[in-house]
Amino acid sequence: MTASPETETNTAIVKLEDVHLSFGQTQVLKGIDLTIYKGDAFSIIGPSGSGKSTILRCINALVTPQSGKITVAGTRVDQLTKESERIQLRKRVGIVFQQYNLFPHLTVLDNIVLAPTKILGADKTATVKLARELLEKVRLSEKADAYPGQLSGGQQQRVAIARALAMKPELVLFDEVTSALDPETVGEVLWVIRDLIRDGMTSILVTHEMRFAEEISDTVVFTENGRIVDHGSPQQIFHTADNPRIRQFVGGLSGGGRGAVRDGEGI
Amino acid sequence: MSMTATQASKTTSKSSRVLRSIGFVAMPLLVIGWSLIDLSLGRELVEWIPYLASGFSMNILITICAVTLGTTAGVLLGLMQLAPYWFVRLPAQVYVQIFRNAPALVLIFATTYIFPFEVVLFGNYLPFPDWVKAVIGLAILSSAYIAEITRGAVLSIPTTQWEATKGLGFSRLQALRYVILPQCVRRSLPPWMNVASSMAMGTSLASLVGVHELMHAATDASTAVRRLDFTIIAYVVVMAAFFTLCYPIARLTRRLERRFNTG
Repeated sequence: MTASPETETNTAIVKLEDVHLSFGQTQVLKGIDLTIYKGDAFSIIGPSGSGKSTILRCINALVTPQSGKITVAGTRVDQLTKESERIQLRKRVGIVFQQYNLFPHLTVLDNIVLAPTKILGADKTATVKLARELLEKVRLSEKADAYPGQLSGGQQQRVAIARALAMKPELVLFDEVTSALDPETVGEVLWVIRDLIRDGMTSILVTHEMRFAEEISDTVVFTENGRIVDHGSPQQIFHTADNPRIRQFVGGLSGGGRGAVRDGEGI
Repeated sequence: MSMTATQASKTTSKSSRVLRSIGFVAMPLLVIGWSLIDLSLGRELVEWIPYLASGFSMNILITICAVTLGTTAGVLLGLMQLAPYWFVRLPAQVYVQIFRNAPALVLIFATTYIFPFEVVLFGNYLPFPDWVKAVIGLAILSSAYIAEITRGAVLSIPTTQWEATKGLGFSRLQALRYVILPQCVRRSLPPWMNVASSMAMGTSLASLVGVHELMHAATDASTAVRRLDFTIIAYVVVMAAFFTLCYPIARLTRRLERRFNTG
């Protein structure tokens, strides 16, 4: 899927300008500039510790940068001072974590229903209906009454995606969502994300799944040491990059076993 | 503490059968058998049983009140200890550290002598009975224990759970209410049971400040009857009674634990 001209002309939904962030003495982000358009699939790749996850956490105000401008869906995130304002933002931006983080004491259905009903004050019956539709979408209808502990990693991650979608977010952040999964279940999660992107959900992915990123992204950025080294279409990053570091990184990963398993499943 | 949390949860059904048979069969059999062999002893015992029972009802009352009060206050204090503001955190921490390290008897003596024997409320003189003071003494102790149990349970929930709630737009209090505390209930049940049975047994200390409870009643009875065999049998009855008070607490907790474990 390549970037279509009309999405490019669309309004930017996320914009980072010269974002600097450090934890204590450690500089994590050293001037990040990004623009993500509505309806785009945007992938952030790069070596571990390059600040990929931190970029996502800046976008939904889980961390606050020392300097720089962050605009998300019309909100200046860097200027939010009150926790209540950050909460308002997080209700509009979904996030899915590497470790799924489902609530173990609740059933799958209740995991999905909890936040919309208690936090947004949504109607219970309507939300349960929505939750069942979402479960069907992630192909887990029969697991509605199961507890997270009874599900495989891949199934839990799909529930986590459904849980994020139940809040009807304007964009979804995926933070290395397949990194904790065994190779056989990676495919089923990627399948769900691919579907979501086809439906036009603005998605920002931090991923180590190079082939997947290449296939579904409109834009890919490569980060290293807290800076964006290069950005462009998947074709540019994965095949025609001039930067030897990117070629080394992409080349070193795409030959791995994970891609082979996924392709074997024909997804 | 009667037994540690891990021991409690590991106790097999076999050992609980042994326990049950000692508590509910062996001790009553000893009392009944001895009474039948020596009928004069049996007659004395039958005569004193209502008096002992009235004492025992006081133990039950004190236990229920102290545990209810202590649990409510303890959970609040435990959460206060984790509050982001020092002026909330500090008083709770001081309270817990002082009272967690105080012996039950000292607290019961302190509350007995600190509080007046009556209070004036809108011009009316209301009695402040000793058993209520014993309840307060035991509730202070159990609240300090339960505060620590609550604090530990909340801290034992992985930070990723907090992160997930944050990502979904929960406030800190909403996260506590809907996600963190429900998970804490299961984790705190075994230690809570220890506190509850400690308090049940601690009610016997109230006899030392003149509360008419089971120990007090048994001492009264043995002083009045002045027979060594009666004294022995009276205290066996006391032991059996405390067993019937504490054992159901353990069983109930085990059942709740199993129910929560399906989750």
